Amino acid sequence: MPEDYLPILIYFLIAVGFALAGIATSHLLSFLFVRRRAAKDKLIPYESGMLPQGPARRRFHVQFYLVAVLFILFDIEIVFLFPWAVVFRELQILGLIEMGLFILVLFLGLIYVWKKGALEWE
Amino acid sequence: MELLSPLVPILIIVIKSGVAIFALVTAFAYAVWIERRVMARMQSRIGPNRAGPFGLLQPLADAVKVLLKEEIIPQDAKVPIYLLAPAVSLVPALLSFAVVPIGPEIEILGQKITLYLADLNVGVLYVFALASVGVYGIVLAGWSSGSKYSFLGALRSSAQMLSYELPLGLSVVGALMLAGTLSLVQLVEAQKNAWFILLQPLGFLIFIVSAVAEVNRAPFDLPEAETELVAGYHTEYTSIKWAFFYMAEYINMIVVSSIAVTLFFGGWQGPFFPPAVWYFLKVAAFIFLFIWLRATLPRLRYDRLMQFGWKILLPLSLVNIIATAAIMVWQG
Amino acid sequence: MEAFFWVVAIPATVSAVGVVMMRDTVYSALLLVVHLLAVAVLFVLLNAQLIAAVQVVVYAGAIMVLFLFVIMMLGLGRGEGVKEKLPLQRPVALLFGGAMAILLGVVMSQTTIQPVAGALTPGDVLAMGGNTQVVGRLLFSDYLLAFEVTSILLLVAIIGAVVLAKRRL
Repeated sequence: MPEDYLPILIYFLIAVGFALAGIATSHLLSFLFVRRRAAKDKLIPYESGMLPQGPARRRFHVQFYLVAVLFILFDIEIVFLFPWAVVFRELQILGLIEMGLFILVLFLGLIYVWKKGALEWE
Repeated sequence: MELLSPLVPILIIVIKSGVAIFALVTAFAYAVWIERRVMARMQSRIGPNRAGPFGLLQPLADAVKVLLKEEIIPQDAKVPIYLLAPAVSLVPALLSFAVVPIGPEIEILGQKITLYLADLNVGVLYVFALASVGVYGIVLAGWSSGSKYSFLGALRSSAQMLSYELPLGLSVVGALMLAGTLSLVQLVEAQKNAWFILLQPLGFLIFIVSAVAEVNRAPFDLPEAETELVAGYHTEYTSIKWAFFYMAEYINMIVVSSIAVTLFFGGWQGPFFPPAVWYFLKVAAFIFLFIWLRATLPRLRYDRLMQFGWKILLPLSLVNIIATAAIMVWQG
Repeated sequence: MEAFFWVVAIPATVSAVGVVMMRDTVYSALLLVVHLLAVAVLFVLLNAQLIAAVQVVVYAGAIMVLFLFVIMMLGLGRGEGVKEKLPLQRPVALLFGGAMAILLGVVMSQTTIQPVAGALTPGDVLAMGGNTQVVGRLLFSDYLLAFEVTSILLLVAIIGAVVLAKRRL
C-alpha cells in the first residue's frame, strides 16, 4: 500500500533538511567566526606538497568500466532471485529446477569471464 | 482535539524521524569514541581520556571543533556538486535505517507506537536500493573535488562497492527463502524458534565479509588507503562536509549490523531483557567486531580485494542458494 | 493520492527536461538519476513496490553508475565537440514535437481509461501475500519461458562486454 511509504517520505524530507542545514550552518559559522587568511595557494588541490601536475580528472583503466558492466548483469540476476526466494516454499522442486537452470547459465558466464582473464587487474 | 486527531499519526512519524536521526548521530559520535578507546587498548595506548570522565565528552569537543573549521573550496572544484556530495552520501545512510525493527509495538499515552518507521513489504530490497544509491556520494565527491587522490579514491571505492554488493545481495537470499518474506518485521517473527544463523551459517559468513567491504572498513578500506591515496575521496573536504562522510560510513556500519542482527540473529528477540535492549546489545557486538577487525587485520592489495569478491564470494553465495534450495526441497 | 502524483510527476518532468538541456554531461546524468528515482516513487503510488525497488537497484544504482563511469572515462563533461551539423534541426524538431504534443493532447482528451478485465485490485494482491509474492508466483509459472530466456540474454551481454573490453582474448 502506498500509505506504508508515507513515513519514508516524511523521514526523507527531515533527513534532507538535516543534511542541508548542517552544510549551510557550517558555512555560516565559518564565514562569521573563522578568521580567513586569503591565500590562493590554500585552494590548490593537495598533491603531497608539490604543485599539481596535469589534469585531475584523467581517463582511467578499462577494468573499472568492465566491473561496472558485469555488475549490472549480475545485479539483474539478483533482482530475479528476490521474488523467487519469497515464494520458494510454494514452488518446491519446480522452483529449484527453474532457478537452477537460470543460475547455471549465469555461472557459465562467470566462468567465461574468469577464463578470459577479465577479472585480472593488469 | 477531535479536529487534530488525523494529524496525530503524522506527528508521531515526525517525532520518530527526529528521534531516529538524533539517535543515529549520537550513535555515530559514540561509535567513534568507542573505536578510539578500544583500538587504543588493543595497541597498548590509552586513547582520548581528557574531555570529561573517561573522555566521554570527546565527541562533543570534536563536534565543536569540526563545526568551527574554515570551509575551503578547492579551485578546481565543481561547486554545486562538491557542496552536495556529503549530503548525497549521508541521506541514503540515514534513510536505510527506517525499516530496521528495534522492537515490537509499544504503547505511549494511549497511542500504539511501532519501534520502526515503516514496515515495507519490500524491506530488504529497500535497504539494498539505498545501498546502491550510496555509491553516488563517493563518486561525486571524488569527481567534483578536482584532486587526483580524490578521483582515484572514488574510482576504487565505487568499483569495490559495486563488486561486493553482489555477494551481499546473494547472501541474504537463503534467509529470505526460509522466511518467505522481504519485510524485516516478519523476518524477525520468522526466527521465533531458531535464529537463521543456525540454518544459514555460510550465508551469514558471506554477508558479514561483504558488509565489511561494502562499508569500506578495514581490512577492505582501500578507498582510504592513506599510505597511497592520502584520504581517498574526501581528501579535499573540510569541516562538517568531511564529518558527514564519516557519519555516513558509521551509520552504514550501524545499518549493516542491524540487518545482520535482523536477518541472522533473531532481531530484537531474546530472554529477560526488553526487546530494544537486545537489539542494542546485538548491534553493539557487531560494532565491536568491526573495530576488532580494524585493529587486527592488515589492508588487502586492491587487485586481490576485487578478485576475492568476484572469484570466491560470488560463486560461493550462488552455491549457498542452490544448496539451501536443495535441502529445503529434500526436507519437504 | 492524486496530490502525491503531482508532487512527484512535476520533478520527474523537470529533471527529464534538464537531462536534455544541460551542457555538462555529468549534470545530465545526475538529473537522469533524479528522474529515475522520481519514476520509482510513481511505481510506489501504483502499488508496484517490487518494480519500484528494482527500478532503483538496477537503473539508478547500476546502469547510471556505468553511465557516470563512461562519461568520466572519456573525459567528456563540457559538451565539447557537440556541433549542430544539420542547420534545420531545431525548427524541424519544434515542428514535429509540437505536432506530437497536439496529437497526444487530442488523444488524451478523447479517451477514458478502463480497468483491465480480471485485473487484481490492490486488496486482492494484499490478500495473496503482497506485491513481491504475486510477481514471484506469476514469473515462475505463466512467464517461466521469458524468465529462462532472460538468462541467455544476460549471458550474451556478459560475453559481449568481455569481448569489447578486453583487447587480447
